[in-house]
Amino acid sequence: MGIRPVAISVDTPEVSKDLGQRVGYTFTFLSDPNAEVIRRYDLLHSGAGIDGHDIARPAEFLIDSSGIVRWVNLTENYWVRARPEQILEAAKTLQ
Amino acid sequence: MKAQRFNWPIWGALLLSLIAFLSYPVLLVRFPVTRDFPWVNLVLFAFVAILLFSGIRRAFAPDRPRPRWSRIAGVVVAALTIAVFGLFIFSAFIGARYLPASQNAPHVGQKAPDFMLTDTKGNSVSLSELISSPTNGKAPKGVLLIFYRGYW
Repeated sequence: MGIRPVAISVDTPEVSKDLGQRVGYTFTFLSDPNAEVIRRYDLLHSGAGIDGHDIARPAEFLIDSSGIVRWVNLTENYWVRARPEQILEAAKTLQ
Repeated sequence: MKAQRFNWPIWGALLLSLIAFLSYPVLLVRFPVTRDFPWVNLVLFAFVAILLFSGIRRAFAPDRPRPRWSRIAGVVVAALTIAVFGLFIFSAFIGARYLPASQNAPHVGQKAPDFMLTDTKGNSVSLSELISSPTNGKAPKGVLLIFYRGYW
């Protein structure tokens, strides 16, 4: 496939590590505790976390090898995430 | 006087409404076919409505009068059941869509803003490194950034 998945949330590295181990995901988890990158990507959902923390709204971006965004999924319903086949379809266009 | 039979449909309605509600986040959200539109839950709630109707009829059947407490219990359980349904409709169709507009999120064709964040091993990692550093011996064709809510 050659696509590197990277998960980003406000969780601390420790929490993400636990999550990765619990569900068996081996890809990169990045921690953005102050939501700086989440803000830069305009994905901040203020006060939506437990205890009113600011969190990221779910979103997926496929970025090509020159750093250009090639596909975006900003869901309208936070239960509904991108389906794997949508991502695979988008990944086909990458060289 | 004959002992009143247990008004099972009304309690069944409450129990089934809880199942209809909780099965979505616990189970059905895992499968796109039951997730994208919660039709299974709505079918379950249709059965809840049938039980509820039959339970209310039992509670107030004029030919078999029930004690006052039994009728009150019936009304309370029915109200709770309707509240569970309302909560489901709210959380599935309104609450879940309450998301920021994200108008300035990177668009297709734009350069993805670079960043530097900490991974689970405590290393600082930048987007440009993620794009260029090899995975399985080859530079990746691309990077899939998955932003998620966290607090799992």
